Amino acid sequence: MAEASTREAFGKALVELGRVNPQLVVLDADLSPSTMTNFFASEFPDRFFSCGIQEQNMIGIAAGLAASGKTVVASTFAIFASCRCYDQLRLCLSQTGANVKVVATHGGITVGEDGISHHAIEDLALYCALPGFTVVVPADAVEAAEAVRAAVSTPGPVYIRLSRGKTPVVYPEGYEFTPGQAVTMRQGNDATIIATGIMVAMALEAADALARQNVDCRVINVHTLKPLDEKSLVTAASEAGAIVVAEEHLAQGGLGSRVAQVLAREKPVPAAFVNLGDRYAESGTAEQLLQRYGLTVRAVEEATRTVVGRK
Amino acid sequence: MSEGSEASVESLEQVAKRLRRHVVSMIATAGSGHPGGSLSAADIVATLFFRVLRHNREDPGWPDRDRFILSKGHAGPILYAALAEAGYFPVEELSTLRKLDSRLQGHADAGLTPGVEMSSGSLGMGLSFAIGVALAARLDSRAYRTYALLSDGECQEGQTWEAALSAAHFRLDNLLAIVDFNGLQLSGWTRDIMNLEPLVEKWQAFGWHTIDIDGHDIPRILSACSEAEGVKGKPTVIIARTVKGKGVSFMENNVAFHGKAPKKDETERALKELE
Repeated sequence: MAEASTREAFGKALVELGRVNPQLVVLDADLSPSTMTNFFASEFPDRFFSCGIQEQNMIGIAAGLAASGKTVVASTFAIFASCRCYDQLRLCLSQTGANVKVVATHGGITVGEDGISHHAIEDLALYCALPGFTVVVPADAVEAAEAVRAAVSTPGPVYIRLSRGKTPVVYPEGYEFTPGQAVTMRQGNDATIIATGIMVAMALEAADALARQNVDCRVINVHTLKPLDEKSLVTAASEAGAIVVAEEHLAQGGLGSRVAQVLAREKPVPAAFVNLGDRYAESGTAEQLLQRYGLTVRAVEEATRTVVGRK
Repeated sequence: MSEGSEASVESLEQVAKRLRRHVVSMIATAGSGHPGGSLSAADIVATLFFRVLRHNREDPGWPDRDRFILSKGHAGPILYAALAEAGYFPVEELSTLRKLDSRLQGHADAGLTPGVEMSSGSLGMGLSFAIGVALAARLDSRAYRTYALLSDGECQEGQTWEAALSAAHFRLDNLLAIVDFNGLQLSGWTRDIMNLEPLVEKWQAFGWHTIDIDGHDIPRILSACSEAEGVKGKPTVIIARTVKGKGVSFMENNVAFHGKAPKKDETERALKELE
């Protein structure tokens, strides 16, 4: 599969949005060359504010701008966008439904060598716990650009998690993104693999491998963790009778927890979870860390075989 | 449109007294709340709402209104009292403070109360919000000014200093911060818990124009606000030296009334003193 950068797609989409939306304002916390909001900064210097290394202040400024009619994109690394400013997110954005889009790059362990201080692996749990927030993890660069466009054109707080490295492109140009609506990437009724972010491409690869072993898997991309597309999940659980949930996140509070909560209520089926468990990772290349911490095509494949055996 | 912009100093003093009476009554009725920090800010809030700010009770969202940001959210009652007196909602509604279904939450809530610009209650966030509001004025070429009321205690929060750095960096001369420096916080004197002094010099070092005043001297509050309007290229902070619990003898400088409602007899005594 061809690869492309979700953060570069974000940076470029932001420039296009800036051209058509004069109310769009972008905030940065000294990471714009990495988050790629520097493209926007070059073209719209008056609507770009560097807040320095001040994530808490940045969220407060974002709220003030939003309360004054601006559509605000605030961007930094996922770890700082979640853990460093949570009370500000809660009081200034969530409680008032502020029109602020927190678009964070460098999510998950695929940040790699920078190590655990930079691995955002609890961000989805934290953002999903904030009432009113929409939480999106695009599967590829095409979806990332679409998700950013959708977020900017819809009022209310949104969190979008992007990656540091390039990710396999799973969608053609022209793909239409609908927030809150999961995408069935592949049909199949032996099991359903439910994935988000970088795990979508791995899920597709795992499904190909399983097909060669006569295990016919459905693959669903849950790009929007909140609000969750419960209907698609319940249908998939009903028709396939077993599920695997794969995400680049801790076990608690992310997609796995959210899917389990829905299916426990609506359609309990055998389930397995591919995630980071309850531990931090370490320094290493993205590929090494994915291998060591069990986020691989093979791990998804094995989890799927296990749940199929429990049907 | 402006509310009471011609109010005399004498009438502002009367307004401040009425606001203090509301504060005592509503917190007593609620049975909980923070009287001390509302009473210390009464003269500042009265002066702003009834003389300085351009605002319109008929149109709380008027785009050109001056913004009043209450960062010290536990002083919600003084803001509610001012908004009620200014006609944003009936004065009778003040007695619903902190009760189920009330628009007057325990700490200020922008989503519920007409005239409240920002939800606050977790300290240290208001100045950042005010910067966003002031930047929006610049982007939209609007002439409104942004006023942020901070407590001295929340100058212990790191975020306040992040905001102080950035307001000066952005050269926000349309922003005025007022620190209600009453010297007391929940568990004692600020100088004992986490000393803030020299506070004026700190703000100066952060690039602000500073004005050090008696926060109960209404003519001085007026002249400081007017001085701030003339300052160009940097934000202004008024360090307003106040007395916590001001106006009620047994609450003055009494840390017990940081976050405690007066009992029935105390309420009667307080209201009598405020006649």
